[in-house]
Amino acid sequence: MRHLLLVAALATLAAPGLVSPAAADEAQIKLKDGPGKEAVETNCAGCHSLDYIPMNSPFLDRGKWDATIKKMIGPLGAPIDAKDVPAILDYLAKNYGSS
Amino acid sequence: MLTRRQVLLGATGSAVGGLVLPRLGLAAAPVTPGVPTGTAGEAILEALPGKKPLIKLSYRPPNYETPVQYFKDVLTPNDAFFVRYHLSTIPELDAKSWRVKVGGEAATTPAEYSLDDLKRGFEQVEIVAVNQCSGNRRGLSQPHVQGVEWGYGAMGNARWKGVRLKDVLAKAGVKKEAIEVAFNGADEGASDKTPDFIKSVPIWRALEDSTMIVYEMNGQPLPHFNGFPARVVVPGWTGTYWMKHVVAINVLSKPQGGFWMNPAYRIPTGKFPLVDRFITQETDVNTPITEMVVNSLITAPVNGQKVKAGQAVEVKGIAWDGGYGIQSVEVSTDGGASWRPATLGQDLGRYSFRPWSHRFTPGAGKHMVMAKATNRQGATQTTTLVFNPAGYHNNVIQKVEITAA
Repeated sequence: MRHLLLVAALATLAAPGLVSPAAADEAQIKLKDGPGKEAVETNCAGCHSLDYIPMNSPFLDRGKWDATIKKMIGPLGAPIDAKDVPAILDYLAKNYGSS
Repeated sequence: MLTRRQVLLGATGSAVGGLVLPRLGLAAAPVTPGVPTGTAGEAILEALPGKKPLIKLSYRPPNYETPVQYFKDVLTPNDAFFVRYHLSTIPELDAKSWRVKVGGEAATTPAEYSLDDLKRGFEQVEIVAVNQCSGNRRGLSQPHVQGVEWGYGAMGNARWKGVRLKDVLAKAGVKKEAIEVAFNGADEGASDKTPDFIKSVPIWRALEDSTMIVYEMNGQPLPHFNGFPARVVVPGWTGTYWMKHVVAINVLSKPQGGFWMNPAYRIPTGKFPLVDRFITQETDVNTPITEMVVNSLITAPVNGQKVKAGQAVEVKGIAWDGGYGIQSVEVSTDGGASWRPATLGQDLGRYSFRPWSHRFTPGAGKHMVMAKATNRQGATQTTTLVFNPAGYHNNVIQKVEITAA
Protein backbone atom coordinates (compact mmCIF):
# COMPACT_ATOMS: atom_id res chain seq x y z
CA MET A 1 0.00 0.00 0.00
CA ARG A 2 2.71 2.41 0.97
CA HIS A 3 4.48 1.56 -2.25
CA LEU A 4 1.41 2.44 -4.28
CA LEU A 5 1.10 5.72 -2.45
CA LEU A 6 4.70 6.51 -3.15
CA VAL A 7 4.28 5.73 -6.82
CA ALA A 8 1.24 7.97 -7.02
CA ALA A 9 3.07 10.76 -5.26
CA LEU A 10 6.09 10.45 -7.48
CA ALA A 11 3.98 10.60 -10.61
CA THR A 12 2.72 13.96 -9.42
CA LEU A 13 6.15 15.15 -8.40
CA ALA A 14 7.66 14.33 -11.77
CA ALA A 15 5.59 17.08 -13.41
CA PRO A 16 7.74 19.00 -15.92
CA GLY A 17 9.12 22.34 -14.87
CA LEU A 18 9.15 21.53 -11.17
CA VAL A 19 12.63 22.53 -10.15
CA SER A 20 12.60 21.11 -6.66
CA PRO A 21 10.43 17.99 -6.63
CA ALA A 22 11.01 17.52 -2.91
CA ALA A 23 9.33 20.82 -2.11
CA ALA A 24 5.90 19.24 -2.47
CA ASP A 25 6.55 17.02 0.53
CA GLU A 26 7.70 19.77 2.83
CA ALA A 27 4.14 20.28 3.98
CA GLN A 28 4.55 17.26 6.22
CA ILE A 29 7.23 18.95 8.32
CA LYS A 30 5.56 20.04 11.54
CA LEU A 31 7.54 22.32 13.77
CA LYS A 32 6.54 22.54 17.44
CA ASP A 33 3.86 25.10 18.24
CA GLY A 34 4.97 28.12 20.19
CA PRO A 35 5.64 31.86 20.03
CA GLY A 36 7.97 32.68 17.17
CA LYS A 37 7.05 29.71 15.01
CA GLU A 38 5.56 31.91 12.32
CA ALA A 39 8.68 34.10 12.25
CA VAL A 40 10.78 30.97 11.78
CA GLU A 41 8.57 29.64 8.99
CA THR A 42 8.47 32.98 7.19
CA ASN A 43 12.18 33.73 7.39
CA CYS A 44 13.87 30.33 7.21
CA ALA A 45 11.77 28.41 4.68
CA GLY A 46 12.63 30.84 1.89
CA CYS A 47 16.05 29.29 1.54
CA HIS A 48 15.78 25.79 3.02
CA SER A 49 13.26 23.24 4.21
CA LEU A 50 12.40 23.43 7.89
CA ASP A 51 13.51 19.87 8.66
CA TYR A 52 17.01 21.34 9.12
CA ILE A 53 15.79 22.61 12.50
CA PRO A 54 14.64 19.35 14.17
CA MET A 55 17.55 17.52 12.47
CA ASN A 56 19.93 19.81 14.38
CA SER A 57 18.29 19.20 17.74
CA PRO A 58 18.35 19.13 20.67
CA PHE A 59 22.02 19.82 21.12
CA LEU A 60 22.56 23.51 20.28
CA ASP A 61 22.38 25.93 23.19
CA ARG A 62 21.05 29.46 22.86
CA GLY A 63 24.50 30.83 21.97
CA LYS A 64 24.90 28.31 19.17
CA TRP A 65 21.44 28.99 17.76
CA ASP A 66 22.31 32.70 17.89
CA ALA A 67 25.54 32.01 16.00
CA THR A 68 23.58 29.96 13.47
CA ILE A 69 21.17 32.81 12.77
CA LYS A 70 24.12 35.20 12.41
CA LYS A 71 25.82 32.79 9.98
CA MET A 72 22.65 32.60 7.89
CA ILE A 73 22.29 36.40 7.75
CA GLY A 74 26.01 37.12 7.31
CA PRO A 75 28.08 34.79 5.14
CA LEU A 76 25.08 32.90 3.74
CA GLY A 77 23.16 36.04 2.79
CA ALA A 78 19.73 35.07 4.15
CA PRO A 79 17.13 37.84 3.79
CA ILE A 80 15.98 37.60 7.42
CA ASP A 81 13.99 40.53 8.76
CA ALA A 82 16.08 42.04 11.60
CA LYS A 83 13.04 42.69 13.74
CA ASP A 84 12.16 38.98 13.65
CA VAL A 85 15.55 37.80 14.92
CA PRO A 86 14.76 37.90 18.68
CA ALA A 87 11.57 35.87 18.17
CA ILE A 88 13.39 33.34 15.96
CA LEU A 89 16.16 32.91 18.51
CA ASP A 90 13.74 32.50 21.41
CA TYR A 91 11.72 29.94 19.50
CA LEU A 92 14.73 27.85 18.43
CA ALA A 93 16.39 27.96 21.85
CA LYS A 94 13.18 27.03 23.66
CA ASN A 95 11.86 24.35 21.32
CA TYR A 96 14.97 22.92 19.68
CA GLY A 97 17.78 23.86 22.04
CA SER A 98 19.74 21.94 24.61
CA SER A 99 18.54 22.86 28.05
CA MET B 1 -8.04 6.59 -2.39
CA LEU B 2 -5.94 8.45 0.06
CA THR B 3 -3.28 10.60 -1.47
CA ARG B 4 0.15 10.47 0.03
CA ARG B 5 -0.28 14.04 1.17
CA GLN B 6 -3.34 13.08 3.21
CA VAL B 7 -1.43 10.23 4.75
CA LEU B 8 1.36 12.60 5.62
CA LEU B 9 -0.91 15.27 7.00
CA GLY B 10 -2.66 12.73 9.14
CA ALA B 11 0.58 11.72 10.74
CA THR B 12 2.35 13.61 13.44
CA GLY B 13 5.56 12.99 15.25
CA SER B 14 5.25 12.29 18.92
CA ALA B 15 7.69 12.12 21.75
CA VAL B 16 6.82 9.97 24.73
CA GLY B 17 9.01 9.88 27.78
CA GLY B 18 12.01 11.02 25.79
CA LEU B 19 11.55 8.36 23.13
CA VAL B 20 11.14 9.75 19.66
CA LEU B 21 8.64 7.68 17.75
CA PRO B 22 8.47 7.64 13.97
CA ARG B 23 5.42 9.34 12.55
CA LEU B 24 2.57 6.99 11.84
CA GLY B 25 2.15 6.07 8.22
CA LEU B 26 5.69 6.95 7.28
CA ALA B 27 8.40 4.42 6.71
CA ALA B 28 10.70 4.52 9.69
CA ALA B 29 14.12 5.37 8.38
CA PRO B 30 16.96 3.01 9.31
CA VAL B 31 19.06 5.79 10.82
CA THR B 32 22.47 5.02 12.24
CA PRO B 33 22.45 4.51 16.02
CA GLY B 34 23.96 7.57 17.68
CA VAL B 35 22.60 10.35 15.47
CA PRO B 36 20.82 13.19 17.33
CA THR B 37 17.34 12.31 18.61
CA GLY B 38 15.90 15.16 16.55
CA THR B 39 17.44 13.67 13.42
CA ALA B 40 16.07 10.22 14.19
CA GLY B 41 12.62 11.70 14.78
CA GLU B 42 12.54 13.69 11.55
CA ALA B 43 14.23 11.32 9.09
CA ILE B 44 11.96 9.24 6.87
CA LEU B 45 12.47 6.81 4.02
CA GLU B 46 11.48 8.60 0.86
CA ALA B 47 12.23 8.34 -2.84
CA LEU B 48 13.33 11.23 -5.00
CA PRO B 49 12.41 10.89 -8.71
CA GLY B 50 14.62 8.19 -10.19
CA LYS B 51 15.76 7.00 -6.78
CA LYS B 52 14.86 4.20 -4.38
CA PRO B 53 13.60 5.23 -0.95
CA LEU B 54 16.59 6.69 0.88
CA ILE B 55 16.95 8.25 4.32
CA LYS B 56 15.62 11.78 3.87
CA LEU B 57 17.49 14.17 6.14
CA SER B 58 16.40 17.37 4.40
CA TYR B 59 14.10 18.11 1.47
CA ARG B 60 15.52 21.42 0.26
CA PRO B 61 18.32 21.35 -0.55
CA PRO B 62 17.93 17.58 -0.89
CA ASN B 63 20.10 15.52 1.41
CA TYR B 64 19.33 11.80 1.28
CA GLU B 65 21.44 9.04 2.80
CA THR B 66 21.98 5.51 1.49
CA PRO B 67 20.70 2.77 3.86
CA VAL B 68 23.48 0.40 4.92
CA GLN B 69 21.87 -2.59 3.16
CA TYR B 70 23.07 -1.22 -0.20
CA PHE B 71 26.71 -1.47 0.85
CA LYS B 72 26.49 -5.25 0.62
CA ASP B 73 27.40 -4.74 -3.04
CA VAL B 74 30.85 -3.39 -3.80
CA LEU B 75 29.36 -0.97 -6.36
CA THR B 76 26.54 1.15 -5.01
CA PRO B 77 23.48 1.13 -7.31
CA ASN B 78 22.85 4.49 -8.98
CA ASP B 79 19.28 4.61 -7.70
CA ALA B 80 20.44 4.07 -4.12
CA PHE B 81 23.42 6.43 -4.29
CA PHE B 82 23.31 9.22 -1.67
CA VAL B 83 22.28 12.77 -2.58
CA ARG B 84 23.92 15.87 -1.16
CA TYR B 85 23.36 19.52 -2.13
CA HIS B 86 24.25 22.85 -0.55
CA LEU B 87 22.03 25.06 -2.66
CA SER B 88 18.30 24.82 -3.23
CA THR B 89 17.91 25.70 -6.90
CA ILE B 90 18.97 22.70 -8.96
CA PRO B 91 18.27 23.05 -12.67
CA GLU B 92 17.40 19.99 -14.73
CA LEU B 93 20.06 20.23 -17.39
CA ASP B 94 19.65 19.10 -20.97
CA ALA B 95 22.48 16.87 -22.17
CA LYS B 96 22.39 18.32 -25.69
CA SER B 97 22.64 21.96 -24.73
CA TRP B 98 24.95 21.46 -21.73
CA ARG B 99 28.39 23.06 -22.08
CA VAL B 100 31.37 23.33 -19.78
CA LYS B 101 33.58 26.42 -20.06
CA VAL B 102 37.26 25.87 -19.40
CA GLY B 103 39.38 28.94 -18.82
CA GLY B 104 40.54 31.22 -16.03
CA GLU B 105 43.32 33.76 -15.75
CA ALA B 106 45.99 31.04 -15.69
CA ALA B 107 44.82 29.36 -18.92
CA THR B 108 46.10 30.50 -22.30
CA THR B 109 43.34 29.11 -24.51
CA PRO B 110 39.82 29.15 -23.05
CA ALA B 111 37.41 26.68 -24.62
CA GLU B 112 33.89 25.38 -24.31
CA TYR B 113 32.88 21.74 -24.66
CA SER B 114 29.67 19.82 -25.22
CA LEU B 115 29.34 16.20 -24.09
CA ASP B 116 30.08 15.05 -27.64
CA ASP B 117 33.15 17.29 -27.77
CA LEU B 118 34.50 15.66 -24.62
CA LYS B 119 33.77 12.13 -25.82
CA ARG B 120 35.29 12.71 -29.27
CA GLY B 121 38.12 15.02 -28.34
CA PHE B 122 39.69 13.13 -25.45
CA GLU B 123 40.54 9.59 -24.44
CA GLN B 124 37.66 8.05 -22.49
CA VAL B 125 38.68 6.34 -19.29
CA GLU B 126 37.03 4.56 -16.36
CA ILE B 127 37.81 4.43 -12.68
CA VAL B 128 36.10 2.85 -9.69
CA ALA B 129 36.11 5.31 -6.81
CA VAL B 130 34.39 6.05 -3.53
CA ASN B 131 32.45 9.29 -3.36
CA GLN B 132 32.13 10.13 0.33
CA CYS B 133 30.75 13.32 1.80
CA SER B 134 33.23 15.08 4.09
CA GLY B 135 30.53 15.01 6.75
CA ASN B 136 29.76 11.31 6.56
CA ARG B 137 29.08 10.13 10.16
CA ARG B 138 28.87 13.74 11.39
CA GLY B 139 25.72 12.71 13.25
CA LEU B 140 27.82 10.40 15.42
CA SER B 141 30.06 13.21 16.66
CA GLN B 142 30.14 13.62 20.45
CA PRO B 143 29.30 16.27 21.34
CA HIS B 144 26.98 16.66 18.34
CA VAL B 145 27.94 19.37 15.90
CA GLN B 146 25.78 21.36 13.51
CA GLY B 147 25.23 20.37 9.91
CA VAL B 148 23.52 17.65 7.94
CA GLU B 149 23.45 14.84 10.50
CA TRP B 150 24.69 11.96 8.38
CA GLY B 151 24.99 8.43 9.71
CA TYR B 152 26.93 5.78 7.80
CA GLY B 153 25.43 6.34 4.37
CA ALA B 154 26.73 9.63 2.91
CA MET B 155 28.93 7.65 0.56
CA GLY B 156 28.88 5.32 -2.40
CA ASN B 157 31.22 3.51 -4.75
CA ALA B 158 30.80 3.62 -8.52
CA ARG B 159 32.52 2.98 -11.81
CA TRP B 160 32.89 6.43 -13.35
CA LYS B 161 33.49 7.02 -17.03
CA GLY B 162 34.68 10.21 -18.62
CA VAL B 163 37.81 12.09 -19.59
CA ARG B 164 40.91 13.07 -17.66
CA LEU B 165 40.80 16.65 -16.44
CA LYS B 166 44.51 16.97 -17.21
CA ASP B 167 43.85 16.27 -20.90
CA VAL B 168 41.19 18.98 -21.00
CA LEU B 169 43.48 21.38 -19.12
CA ALA B 170 46.34 20.65 -21.52
CA LYS B 171 44.19 22.02 -24.35
CA ALA B 172 43.37 25.06 -22.25
CA GLY B 173 47.08 25.76 -21.82
CA VAL B 174 48.04 25.86 -18.14
CA LYS B 175 50.32 28.83 -17.44
CA LYS B 176 53.25 28.41 -15.09
CA GLU B 177 51.62 30.67 -12.47
CA ALA B 178 48.64 28.32 -12.09
CA ILE B 179 48.12 27.25 -8.46
CA GLU B 180 44.53 25.99 -8.28
CA VAL B 181 41.72 24.79 -10.54
CA ALA B 182 38.19 25.84 -9.55
CA PHE B 183 34.90 24.11 -10.37
CA ASN B 184 31.42 25.62 -10.50
CA GLY B 185 28.14 23.76 -10.93
CA ALA B 186 24.80 24.94 -12.29
CA ASP B 187 23.06 24.91 -8.90
CA GLU B 188 22.30 28.20 -7.15
CA GLY B 189 21.12 29.47 -3.80
CA ALA B 190 17.52 30.47 -3.18
CA SER B 191 18.71 33.98 -2.32
CA ASP B 192 20.94 35.78 -4.78
CA LYS B 193 23.12 36.74 -1.81
CA THR B 194 23.85 33.11 -0.98
CA PRO B 195 27.45 32.37 -1.98
CA ASP B 196 27.70 30.20 -5.05
CA PHE B 197 29.11 26.73 -4.41
CA ILE B 198 32.56 26.95 -6.01
CA LYS B 199 35.38 24.59 -5.05
CA SER B 200 39.00 24.47 -6.07
CA VAL B 201 41.74 21.87 -5.88
CA PRO B 202 45.50 22.40 -6.00
CA ILE B 203 46.91 22.41 -9.55
CA TRP B 204 48.87 19.20 -8.86
CA ARG B 205 45.69 17.38 -7.87
CA ALA B 206 43.84 18.66 -10.98
CA LEU B 207 46.65 17.26 -13.13
CA GLU B 208 46.68 13.76 -11.60
CA ASP B 209 45.55 10.95 -13.90
CA SER B 210 42.63 10.01 -11.65
CA THR B 211 40.94 13.44 -11.59
CA MET B 212 38.22 13.40 -14.23
CA ILE B 213 35.16 14.98 -15.77
CA VAL B 214 32.67 12.10 -15.90
CA TYR B 215 29.33 11.53 -17.59
CA GLU B 216 28.65 7.88 -16.77
CA MET B 217 28.20 6.08 -13.50
CA ASN B 218 28.05 2.28 -13.41
CA GLY B 219 27.48 2.19 -17.17
CA GLN B 220 24.57 4.66 -17.16
CA PRO B 221 24.30 8.42 -17.57
CA LEU B 222 24.69 10.15 -14.20
CA PRO B 223 21.39 10.37 -12.30
CA HIS B 224 20.08 13.92 -12.10
CA PHE B 225 20.67 14.01 -8.35
CA ASN B 226 24.27 12.86 -8.77
CA GLY B 227 25.25 15.58 -11.20
CA PHE B 228 23.75 14.95 -14.66
CA PRO B 229 25.03 15.38 -17.28
CA ALA B 230 28.62 15.72 -16.05
CA ARG B 231 30.51 16.08 -12.80
CA VAL B 232 34.05 16.21 -11.55
CA VAL B 233 35.50 13.22 -9.70
CA VAL B 234 38.55 13.56 -7.48
CA PRO B 235 39.20 9.97 -6.38
CA GLY B 236 40.57 9.67 -2.86
CA TRP B 237 39.39 13.14 -1.85
CA THR B 238 36.09 13.85 -0.12
CA GLY B 239 32.96 14.61 -2.11
CA THR B 240 33.06 18.39 -1.64
CA TYR B 241 35.43 18.65 -4.63
CA TRP B 242 33.35 16.35 -6.89
CA MET B 243 31.38 19.20 -8.47
CA LYS B 244 28.00 18.10 -9.79
CA HIS B 245 26.40 19.62 -12.94
CA VAL B 246 29.78 21.18 -13.66
CA VAL B 247 29.58 24.16 -16.03
CA ALA B 248 32.82 26.07 -15.38
CA ILE B 249 36.41 25.03 -14.79
CA ASN B 250 38.89 27.83 -14.16
CA VAL B 251 42.67 27.66 -13.84
CA LEU B 252 43.66 30.19 -11.17
CA SER B 253 46.81 32.10 -10.28
CA LYS B 254 45.32 33.20 -6.94
CA PRO B 255 43.62 31.09 -4.24
CA GLN B 256 39.88 30.58 -4.72
CA GLY B 257 37.91 32.54 -2.11
CA GLY B 258 34.35 32.25 -0.91
CA PHE B 259 32.42 30.73 1.97
CA TRP B 260 32.67 27.15 0.70
CA MET B 261 36.48 27.27 0.66
CA ASN B 262 36.83 29.10 3.97
CA PRO B 263 35.42 28.79 6.62
CA ALA B 264 33.58 25.74 5.22
CA TYR B 265 35.23 22.36 4.71
CA ARG B 266 38.15 23.00 7.02
CA ILE B 267 39.91 20.73 9.49
CA PRO B 268 42.26 21.76 12.27
CA THR B 269 45.83 21.79 10.94
CA GLY B 270 47.87 18.79 12.00
CA LYS B 271 45.08 16.87 13.73
CA PHE B 272 44.68 14.06 11.20
CA PRO B 273 47.33 11.75 9.74
CA LEU B 274 46.84 12.96 6.17
CA VAL B 275 49.36 13.06 3.37
CA ASP B 276 47.82 15.43 0.81
CA ARG B 277 48.14 19.11 1.62
CA PHE B 278 46.39 22.05 0.04
CA ILE B 279 49.11 24.57 0.77
CA THR B 280 47.69 27.59 -1.08
CA GLN B 281 44.63 27.45 1.20
CA GLU B 282 46.27 26.62 4.51
CA THR B 283 46.18 28.98 7.49
CA ASP B 284 47.83 28.72 10.90
CA VAL B 285 44.74 27.16 12.42
CA ASN B 286 43.06 25.14 9.71
CA THR B 287 43.35 23.65 6.27
CA PRO B 288 40.93 22.33 3.64
CA ILE B 289 39.85 18.75 4.03
CA THR B 290 41.63 16.61 1.44
CA GLU B 291 41.83 12.83 1.20
CA MET B 292 39.55 10.45 3.09
CA VAL B 293 40.84 8.74 6.20
CA VAL B 294 40.97 4.94 6.24
CA ASN B 295 37.66 3.50 7.32
CA SER B 296 35.42 0.43 7.30
CA LEU B 297 31.77 -0.49 7.65
CA ILE B 298 30.25 -3.73 8.93
CA THR B 299 27.29 -4.61 6.70
CA ALA B 300 26.47 -7.94 8.40
CA PRO B 301 25.53 -8.86 11.05
CA VAL B 302 23.53 -5.84 12.13
CA ASN B 303 23.42 -4.39 15.62
CA GLY B 304 21.08 -6.36 17.87
CA GLN B 305 20.91 -9.35 15.55
CA LYS B 306 20.12 -12.74 17.11
CA VAL B 307 22.08 -15.73 15.83
CA LYS B 308 22.33 -19.39 16.72
CA ALA B 309 25.01 -20.39 19.18
CA GLY B 310 27.46 -22.91 17.76
CA GLN B 311 26.73 -21.97 14.14
CA ALA B 312 29.13 -20.01 11.98
CA VAL B 313 28.35 -16.33 11.47
CA GLU B 314 29.83 -14.45 8.56
CA VAL B 315 30.97 -10.95 9.45
CA LYS B 316 31.09 -8.87 6.25
CA GLY B 317 31.75 -5.37 5.22
CA ILE B 318 33.72 -2.89 3.17
CA ALA B 319 36.86 -0.83 3.72
CA TRP B 320 38.23 2.22 1.91
CA ASP B 321 40.71 5.04 2.26
CA GLY B 322 42.12 8.08 0.49
CA GLY B 323 43.43 6.11 -2.45
CA TYR B 324 46.47 4.32 -1.10
CA GLY B 325 44.56 1.04 -1.00
CA ILE B 326 43.50 -1.29 1.78
CA GLN B 327 46.30 -3.38 3.24
CA SER B 328 44.31 -5.41 5.76
CA VAL B 329 41.10 -5.59 7.75
CA GLU B 330 40.98 -7.16 11.19
CA VAL B 331 37.87 -8.34 12.96
CA SER B 332 37.30 -8.67 16.68
CA THR B 333 34.39 -10.68 18.06
CA ASP B 334 35.22 -10.02 21.70
CA GLY B 335 34.94 -6.26 21.96
CA GLY B 336 38.48 -5.53 20.85
CA ALA B 337 40.37 -7.92 23.15
CA SER B 338 41.65 -9.97 20.22
CA TRP B 339 41.77 -9.42 16.46
CA ARG B 340 41.81 -11.82 13.50
CA PRO B 341 42.59 -10.99 9.89
CA ALA B 342 39.57 -10.84 7.59
CA THR B 343 39.71 -12.18 4.05
CA LEU B 344 39.83 -9.37 1.51
CA GLY B 345 37.48 -9.68 -1.49
CA GLN B 346 37.33 -8.34 -5.02
CA ASP B 347 39.92 -5.65 -5.78
CA LEU B 348 38.48 -2.96 -8.06
CA GLY B 349 41.40 -0.63 -7.56
CA ARG B 350 42.85 1.47 -4.80
CA TYR B 351 40.10 4.09 -4.85
CA SER B 352 37.28 1.54 -4.52
CA PHE B 353 35.47 -0.05 -1.60
CA ARG B 354 37.27 -3.28 -0.73
CA PRO B 355 34.94 -6.02 0.46
CA TRP B 356 36.05 -8.26 3.32
CA SER B 357 34.63 -11.13 5.35
CA HIS B 358 35.40 -13.22 8.41
CA ARG B 359 33.64 -16.28 9.82
CA PHE B 360 33.39 -17.11 13.48
CA THR B 361 31.30 -19.45 15.59
CA PRO B 362 29.80 -17.74 18.60
CA GLY B 363 29.09 -19.46 21.89
CA ALA B 364 25.89 -18.57 23.74
CA GLY B 365 25.79 -14.97 24.92
CA LYS B 366 26.45 -11.46 23.70
CA HIS B 367 29.31 -10.73 21.34
CA MET B 368 30.74 -7.36 20.40
CA VAL B 369 31.85 -7.44 16.76
CA MET B 370 34.30 -4.81 15.52
CA ALA B 371 36.29 -4.20 12.33
CA LYS B 372 39.45 -2.21 11.78
CA ALA B 373 41.00 -1.39 8.41
CA THR B 374 44.62 -0.46 7.73
CA ASN B 375 45.78 1.12 4.48
CA ARG B 376 49.02 0.72 2.56
CA GLN B 377 50.41 3.80 4.30
CA GLY B 378 50.02 1.96 7.61
CA ALA B 379 47.26 4.32 8.75
CA THR B 380 44.45 2.68 10.68
CA GLN B 381 41.15 3.58 12.34
CA THR B 382 40.85 5.34 15.65
CA THR B 383 39.33 3.95 18.84
CA THR B 384 38.26 7.37 20.08
CA LEU B 385 36.79 10.23 18.10
CA VAL B 386 39.17 12.90 16.85
CA PHE B 387 36.76 15.72 17.58
CA ASN B 388 36.64 18.66 15.17
CA PRO B 389 34.02 21.41 14.87
CA ALA B 390 32.56 20.25 11.56
CA GLY B 391 32.41 16.55 12.42
CA TYR B 392 34.70 15.42 9.59
CA HIS B 393 36.86 12.30 9.25
CA ASN B 394 34.98 10.12 11.71
CA ASN B 395 36.66 6.72 11.41
CA VAL B 396 36.01 5.47 14.92
CA ILE B 397 35.97 1.67 14.96
CA GLN B 398 32.36 0.53 14.70
CA LYS B 399 30.78 -1.79 17.26
CA VAL B 400 27.97 -4.24 16.46
CA GLU B 401 26.49 -6.28 19.28
CA ILE B 402 24.89 -9.62 18.50
CA THR B 403 23.34 -12.26 20.74
CA ALA B 404 23.84 -15.98 20.19
CA ALA B 405 21.38 -18.43 21.74
